Amino acid sequence: MESILEPIASLFGPVWPLVWTLAKIVAIIAPLMICVAYLTLAERKVIGYMQVRIGPNRVGPLGLLQPIADGVKLLLKEILVPSATNKGLFILGPILAIAPSLAAWAVVPFWDGGVLADVDAGLLFLLAITSLEVYGVIIAGWASNSKYPFLGSLRAAAQMVSYEVSMGFALVCVLMVSASLNLSEIVRVQGTGQFADMGLGFLSWNWIPLFPMFVVYIISGIAETGRAPFDVIEGESEIVAGHMVEYSGMTFALFFLAEYANMWLVAILTAILFMGGWLSPVAFLPDGFHWLFIKCSAIVFIFLWARATFPRFRYDHIMRLGWKVFIPVTLVWVLVVAVWIMSPLSIWN
Amino acid sequence: MEFKTIVFYVLGLVMVFAALRVITARNPVQAALFLVLTFFNAGGIWLLLQAEFLAITLVMVYVGAVMVLFLFVVMMLDINVDRLREGFWSYLPVGAVVGVVMLAEMALVVSGPYFGLDAMPEPPAAQAGYSNTQALGRVLYTEYVYPFELASLVLLVAMVAAVALTLRKRKGTKYVHPSQQIAVKRADRVELLTMPAEKE
Repeated sequence: MESILEPIASLFGPVWPLVWTLAKIVAIIAPLMICVAYLTLAERKVIGYMQVRIGPNRVGPLGLLQPIADGVKLLLKEILVPSATNKGLFILGPILAIAPSLAAWAVVPFWDGGVLADVDAGLLFLLAITSLEVYGVIIAGWASNSKYPFLGSLRAAAQMVSYEVSMGFALVCVLMVSASLNLSEIVRVQGTGQFADMGLGFLSWNWIPLFPMFVVYIISGIAETGRAPFDVIEGESEIVAGHMVEYSGMTFALFFLAEYANMWLVAILTAILFMGGWLSPVAFLPDGFHWLFIKCSAIVFIFLWARATFPRFRYDHIMRLGWKVFIPVTLVWVLVVAVWIMSPLSIWN
Repeated sequence: MEFKTIVFYVLGLVMVFAALRVITARNPVQAALFLVLTFFNAGGIWLLLQAEFLAITLVMVYVGAVMVLFLFVVMMLDINVDRLREGFWSYLPVGAVVGVVMLAEMALVVSGPYFGLDAMPEPPAAQAGYSNTQALGRVLYTEYVYPFELASLVLLVAMVAAVALTLRKRKGTKYVHPSQQIAVKRADRVELLTMPAEKE
């Protein structure tokens, strides 16, 4: 690989690191965007079948070109900017919504060594970047200068801040058992242990000893991305579409893309932190990116499944679940794990 | 010029501009957003100084949590810019004193070479495998564990106090505890009756 790239590197000279990093960023973002596009189709299909319908099947074979058609439609639509809005912030809103959900992918390891930025404080970086996601929604809601977007953005701010706490504690448990903040290292640690030596790697992953955290993380992830049944942010029965009411065309599409990119992000993080990332579940099959993709898709399927199954939560119940159920549970489990690690029964030595 | 230097100047310029806009912006929401930008750039500069833990924590705590709640409040204010500017002259002396003190402190830092600060040895270069986060954690939980725990206790007391100060029990709410709601059986709500068909 190095020898093939050398002539190209010498062509660019000193700016080569920049060019090479940009190429890597494109290599991550482009497949991600395709995944995002086809997740919208998958969602409609899955929910369709769960409701004994067929789902989209008109554009292309099996409806496979539907996401492309949707994308083109959104691109060609006019971007309306209502006259009483704060124009700069109105445009900044959707940009700030999608930027963090793409920036977070910088530290995600796809296979052993396959990561854009192998930083030591990767988990912290992720926490910091994902905590910025709420700005897009808040700014959009305020800049729209209209009631429903504003109500939606208030709900979003409260909900995201609440669930970040329990998500943070779940991550604290993971980093305690891995003794590292580096995501690649967290995966590698999951590849060691009694069961991994017996060739049954999937029993050594974090999801068994940290099972309550695993559940809390997935549910908080659904709440954090504002997906059903926690989608009161855009609850169409009360506040039409929340912060997105005034948006059209590509500005709306950016919110949409951000939401689905966040779903993939939460899924891939769950796979990396709790389900062994790129590791194969059994020793006789090779490790690799395909395992990460399979695990990731399974978790995304849970998102869709939950949407088709549960009715929307009432807002005070969402807050109760976050503050009065998840935070005590995670706090206790942090203590349990801490005692467990220091006791002679520790399995993480 | 080294690439790092360019990054530093870009971050620094944006930060100074954003900080100026915090105090000059007429709209408080915009001022708060510029404060966010200032924090973000400060985080970037700390990253350049290889203090990645502090930088990320700054973004996480101040940008991700404190400023969100700040915006939350500021957005809901009904702002009258003229009334905000009324007290300008009466606040000016206090503001001027604070400003002068800050300026003097900055001058002390910047003019370090004149006071012989450059005689301080440069910090040793970090060896491979050194993690700022890990080192900080180790120091916090061993050498400084009592001050650290004390600080967290003070914060906890502040938190409890804030809740206690604002807690009001509202009378007459129709709140039903979720466990009661879940325990409801069909028989509690619906009654099936059999009645003969009525003829007209």
